[in-house]
Amino acid sequence: MTADTLDTGLEIGRRPGWLALHRLARRHAALFGLAVVVFFVVLALAAPFIAPYDPLATDWRLVRKPPSLQHLFGTDDLGRDVLARVIWGARASLMAGTVSVSIALAVAVPLGLVSGYLGGFIDGVLMRIIDAMLAIPFLVLAIALAAFLGPSLINAMIAIGVVQTPIFTRLTRGQALAVKHEDYIEAAHAVGNPHHRILLRHILPNIAAPILVQATLAIAAAIIAEASLSFLGLGQQPPAPSWGSMLNTASHFLSQAPWMAVWPGLAIFSLVVSFNLLGDGLRDALDPRG
Amino acid sequence: MATFLIRRLALIVPTLFFVSVIVFGLQQLLPGDAALAMAGEERDPAVIAFLRQKYHLEDPLPVRYGLWVKGVLSGDLGESIRIKRPVRDLVLEKLPVTAELAAFAVVIALSIGLPMGILAAVRNNSAVDYAATMTALWGRSIPNFWLGILLILLFSVQLGLLPASGFVSPSESLSRNIATLIMPAFVLGNAGAALIMRHTRSAMLEILSADYVRTARAKGLSETRVVLHHALRNALLPVITLGALEFGELLSGAVLTEQVFTIPGFGKLIVDAVFNRDYAVVQGVVLCAALAFILLNLLADLAYMLVNPRLRG
Repeated sequence: MTADTLDTGLEIGRRPGWLALHRLARRHAALFGLAVVVFFVVLALAAPFIAPYDPLATDWRLVRKPPSLQHLFGTDDLGRDVLARVIWGARASLMAGTVSVSIALAVAVPLGLVSGYLGGFIDGVLMRIIDAMLAIPFLVLAIALAAFLGPSLINAMIAIGVVQTPIFTRLTRGQALAVKHEDYIEAAHAVGNPHHRILLRHILPNIAAPILVQATLAIAAAIIAEASLSFLGLGQQPPAPSWGSMLNTASHFLSQAPWMAVWPGLAIFSLVVSFNLLGDGLRDALDPRG
Repeated sequence: MATFLIRRLALIVPTLFFVSVIVFGLQQLLPGDAALAMAGEERDPAVIAFLRQKYHLEDPLPVRYGLWVKGVLSGDLGESIRIKRPVRDLVLEKLPVTAELAAFAVVIALSIGLPMGILAAVRNNSAVDYAATMTALWGRSIPNFWLGILLILLFSVQLGLLPASGFVSPSESLSRNIATLIMPAFVLGNAGAALIMRHTRSAMLEILSADYVRTARAKGLSETRVVLHHALRNALLPVITLGALEFGELLSGAVLTEQVFTIPGFGKLIVDAVFNRDYAVVQGVVLCAALAFILLNLLADLAYMLVNPRLRG
């Protein structure tokens, strides 16, 4: 208690962003998550320089060789180096996570802001559409969308983005609704600010924190969703490496080459855990009551 | 209560309408000529002409939507062009398999999630609470198809204890039915357990600090009785409602789990339909999944209303 009071005493006068960063830095789990995310980002960006082999180079003499000094993670059914493919696969996963969540944010935040701020008929209709989208199970809708759009990484990202849109719309709307009657918004009205200015300069900054938290957690969900779609053959198309499609191939060789199934799954799991840890940490750090 | 009921039922109508628009709209995403895309590899002009006529592709969009809804309302979900059978029959045939798997998974999720959630709340901030938090993180972070693959590696490939794939119906052999379902049900239940644990923990934490719990303790009741009899009964309410909302997650998970373990259920049906470009089946499965979700949530809300005295009035 005393320590808390002392801390708050020190924190007075700092900008809210700094305060949140300061709080985040004290959460070891969140920092660990951040470190692993950064590690994977570096891996994805530097893939051409650090991957030990060409991820697409097949070699019939090296078909399904267990891990060795030459091939640390072993080789796959076409003699390709699994480590190289896991490193390159980070690109598809990270891209799918960030692009699909960006799509969802780009559509949902304006919709939710306007819907919550204006209310009325449009708000009512929009919320019923959101209800309908949420009634269809997440992955079932994503699979259907990806199937009708045609299998490719781009379409998988669009499908996941669309499926995540209702969550963000509802969140943004609820937050906008909550702050709409606050005194500072009334004050902004009173001095004659136009609606768009109130939405962008007064409401949005005040509701950004929960949206940021949700976005971090949504990246984790999107990465699993992309891996799932790729596992079903609806994401990244072969021979381009992606963790989901590597697992799909591996599932046909479980008794002959179990290592093929271990590494891509471990990569998905580590990245998803990290984004979840980071998101949970951000939520605690950004909570004004924390 | 009557107003609540009418309001709740009235909300379903627009939701159903928009679900139907979304499911119908999926067809519009097909690139190029829809009949050509649906016909797939068989470029048989007769098939294409049949599809054009069957889906009224020459008619304007609103007319086609109207005809489609009329069909759905009379139980016609279209026809599978690959298996040459009505989609309704396929769905009805696969539904019991997924229902059994889901029920099995719910039992596993409850038997792990509830006790862990209760323990985590009672021993708040202890090692147990910490372990429960870690389990929840694991549950929501592990891709369930990978967990399925790992289980197959361990129990089927290494130990040879359980069949790696396939499904035996309970009428044929109950023991083999359970043997084929135990791994997939655990995979599905694993994610569910994490969610139930989280909901139970937060509901219990809130209720354990309520006045009537303090009163129960003050009366000198044993801690077990206070927790299980007074607190848990009230904590279960939100867990049930939230649990129904997570039903979609369960169905989503079932798609991949059935794929990994080759179980001929709902999820396998949609995946096979996707591979076969059997679009009417995909639409039918999406529609039925949404209907199941809406119905289940309605039931959960009704149950909540019946049990909650404040809404009974």
